[in-house]
Amino acid sequence: MDKKDLELYVHIPFCIKKCAYCDFLSAPADAKERTSYVDALLSEIAGTGEIYKTHRVNTIFFGGGTPSVLDPGDAERIFHALSENFDISENAEITVEVNPGTVTKDKARTWKECGVTRLSIGLQSVNDDELSMLGRIHTYRDFLDTWETVRREGFQNVNIDLISAIPGQTVQSWETTLRTAAQLGPEHISAYSLIVEEGTPFYERYSQKAAGKNLPVFPPLPDEDTERRIYKATEKILSEYGYHRYEISNYAKDGYECRHNLGYWERKEYLGLGLGASSLIDERRFCNTADMEKYLRVCKDPDGSELHGEKERLSRRDQMEEFMFLGLRKTEGVSAEAFRENFGAEICEVYGAQIRRLSGQGLLELSEGQIRLTGRGIDISNYVFTEFLF
Amino acid sequence: MAVIDQSRIRNFCIIAHIDHGKSTLADRIIEMTGLLTSREMQSQVLDNMDLERERGITIKAQAVRTIYKADDGEEYMFNLIDTPGHVDFNYEVSRSLAACDGAILVVDAAQGVEAQTLANVYLALDHDLDVMPVINKIDLPSADPERVKEEIEEVIGIDASDAPLISAKTGQNVHEVLEQIISKIPAPAGDPGAPLKALIFDSKYDSYKGVIVFCRIKEGTVRKGTPMLMMATGAKAEVVEVGTFGAGQFIPCDELSAGMVGYITASLKNVKDTHVGDTITNAEAPCAEPLPGYKKVNPMVYCGLYPADGAKYPDLRDALEKLQLNDAALQFEAETSAALGFGFRCGFLGLLHLEIIQERLEREYNLDLVTTAPSVIYKIHKTDGEVMDLTNPTNMPDPAEIDYMEEPMVKAEIMVTSEYIGAIMDLCQERRGIYQSMEYIEEKRAVLHYHLPLNEIIYDFFDALKSRSRGYASFDYEMLGYQRSELVKLDILINKEEVDALSFIVFAGSAYDRGRKMCEKLKAEIPRQLFEIPIQAAIGSKIIARETVKAMRKDVLAKCYGGDISRKKKLLEKQKEGKKRMRQVGSVEIPQKAFMSVLKLDED
Repeated sequence: MDKKDLELYVHIPFCIKKCAYCDFLSAPADAKERTSYVDALLSEIAGTGEIYKTHRVNTIFFGGGTPSVLDPGDAERIFHALSENFDISENAEITVEVNPGTVTKDKARTWKECGVTRLSIGLQSVNDDELSMLGRIHTYRDFLDTWETVRREGFQNVNIDLISAIPGQTVQSWETTLRTAAQLGPEHISAYSLIVEEGTPFYERYSQKAAGKNLPVFPPLPDEDTERRIYKATEKILSEYGYHRYEISNYAKDGYECRHNLGYWERKEYLGLGLGASSLIDERRFCNTADMEKYLRVCKDPDGSELHGEKERLSRRDQMEEFMFLGLRKTEGVSAEAFRENFGAEICEVYGAQIRRLSGQGLLELSEGQIRLTGRGIDISNYVFTEFLF
Repeated sequence: MAVIDQSRIRNFCIIAHIDHGKSTLADRIIEMTGLLTSREMQSQVLDNMDLERERGITIKAQAVRTIYKADDGEEYMFNLIDTPGHVDFNYEVSRSLAACDGAILVVDAAQGVEAQTLANVYLALDHDLDVMPVINKIDLPSADPERVKEEIEEVIGIDASDAPLISAKTGQNVHEVLEQIISKIPAPAGDPGAPLKALIFDSKYDSYKGVIVFCRIKEGTVRKGTPMLMMATGAKAEVVEVGTFGAGQFIPCDELSAGMVGYITASLKNVKDTHVGDTITNAEAPCAEPLPGYKKVNPMVYCGLYPADGAKYPDLRDALEKLQLNDAALQFEAETSAALGFGFRCGFLGLLHLEIIQERLEREYNLDLVTTAPSVIYKIHKTDGEVMDLTNPTNMPDPAEIDYMEEPMVKAEIMVTSEYIGAIMDLCQERRGIYQSMEYIEEKRAVLHYHLPLNEIIYDFFDALKSRSRGYASFDYEMLGYQRSELVKLDILINKEEVDALSFIVFAGSAYDRGRKMCEKLKAEIPRQLFEIPIQAAIGSKIIARETVKAMRKDVLAKCYGGDISRKKKLLEKQKEGKKRMRQVGSVEIPQKAFMSVLKLDED
């Protein structure tokens, strides 16, 4: 019998220090806290594996936080538990997010031995002033140490995370970051525009709520025009180095697109393990508790509502909406055929009017059964996406 | 209830500056006269509309009857008549006062005599009421009752030597107020045997009883079966029930006779038949002439009300019809707008009246409304000799057909402390006021007399007055008639298309300034869209101001991974919801609140 495809996401909610823009579920913790969390995670894995016997895992992603803060021993225990309890495909893509300043030779070696195929390094900027303004714990030099370590240990599929449109940034300083990173030749580059999220120090400084308050002077965020110029420059510069854009913020050399993340945009089933991790299983979205104390208590009951809370059941319409606003994030867009396969209906019957209007407005382009965002469509993609909501 | 002799009836109202404790004292009086148990007391018994309680203002006059067993051992009937406190309802106030024989003047022991205190006292004295001062809030640390007593005597000129010093909040010395009501407020006069003569001071519509008329019997007696005649409207009906006012309830009784305050129900369908100020008499034995002072109240301010959701048009009509049953001053007729669809042009007594109706429609009838800029009634003298009343700017004829236009003027009296005279004169100047005179009523207080165009005061004059005088100025106006004026219709073009619902009529000399402000305001209200949107103000074909809403540059979420999807979907839904609250005008989406922008042009 064919097994169903499954992606696993494992959340490691620890870091050395919270960055000024970060709204992820993450906090500094000592070795003892980390170990008791890993114990809980193992319980969840042990209980969950039972339920997914009919699935084969194609990708695993360790996100955070900073998963590289885990001691090699803890990391090993998690990998061991996963392989004991899940059927992991031989050519699975297994990614670990790491941050400069937390990576050692021992750790890298352990990951390699455990089957990790891909690393994602949070660099963000090559400019040390920008790094400190972002609240990062590392310098560009620290990053180079990490980079050299992981390459030496044989990691041949590495992503570098960069962040643009940060306070004080100019098109020029961004170009320097981009070219410096690209020259190193990583297989994948993620280049995000900063989002000022509620609950972060940046929000206190840069949200509209902060306007008018008497705050110490921080460098201003780039204006919209600069931000869009930065975005346009990104694709142009990276293409010179052989990277192509395959999603709004993601660039790769041919064949190195991140399979795990593509899965999210293609609505593949995924299971989140660990604190606050989200899942999409059987057209239900649910999310583990984000309360650490509670997680430590209920992790042993992985199918219980205590761990998952309320499951959001997606109607056919919800699924169609998601299909559009997730699929259109990809440069290749969505295909009429995939729509038909998924929903047994023609995309033009369901969304014909919207597609006609948006392509008339120059926001979508159609060719060979694919529908994708134009450059202008990417700029205002939220507007485009809202049109596909019922 | 045993019939109480006329000599033991007291009809009175309470007057005060805002926040000096009028409602609290009313509560206390009702409580201490024992008609209600403490448990029945809501915090402020007289204001029984939710809206009133929230805003702390009294919109419609209310009345309550209580029985007080005095120190002399006799039982007295108190009719406490509440009065609305806003200039829009001035006429209703005057009718409420006409139903009383005396007034309790409440003055705050810390703040002393204030602008509104004076205005209210003069209004009461105009109606020949005996004014009985009471000094409230003596429990405040900053209370200085002796100074306030002196102030009352000096400024108002009434004897305050034995004014009760009370705390309405704690009930301290309120007993003394009750005793003084008996000794200082005169008993009503009037012959129960004379032909019926009753003053209507309020009316309301009740779905069970029909129209309920609140009245003061001046002469004669009314009982079930009396054939009554409204002398001004000519409406006739047979009395179904008479009674007095409990707190929040009606207490039927056999008859109401001269001196009493109570209600009458009859087979009347519409409160339009029962105008406030009208005189009720016996149709078969009418009195010789009606009570003086009746005037028909006409709307002075008009605006368009449109349902945000076009499908709710019939609901809006039903709601307006129901409100009109309770509110004879409200008028409406159907109109259509290219921008807003089907709606109603409604007439109001003033801006507060407008706001109240708008809020009641939204709260009580659950309607989402778009309101257009208020307008007054302009008189247009056309070249062909025809004179037309213009209540909707859209209907303004071509300027070539207009000989000249007239606008309504008011005679305004503004009472202000001397330090703010300059600021208030500036304000009146800006609003095209014509200075008449100024008189000092005491060393530090003056009354300014101005003639002002009504269209300059209907938007936010009252707010501007309060803010520029830190609340110390009070304002009253009466209609003065029409005056010739240079007026123009200012049109707003959004993306080169005229939006009818945004047009307004303005004094020619202010047009540039208003046009510019309007464009700025709309620029701030209209969100960026796919393309650049010019916003222009025009008089005829001449553009006088322009702003541009830049095209949307960026609206993108950089990240959307597994953990974000539900949250991002909610963001998109919220964005979509916001779009639904917009009006599509041509190819532009305009938020509904933009249609009210013109109301707030003087905010900065």
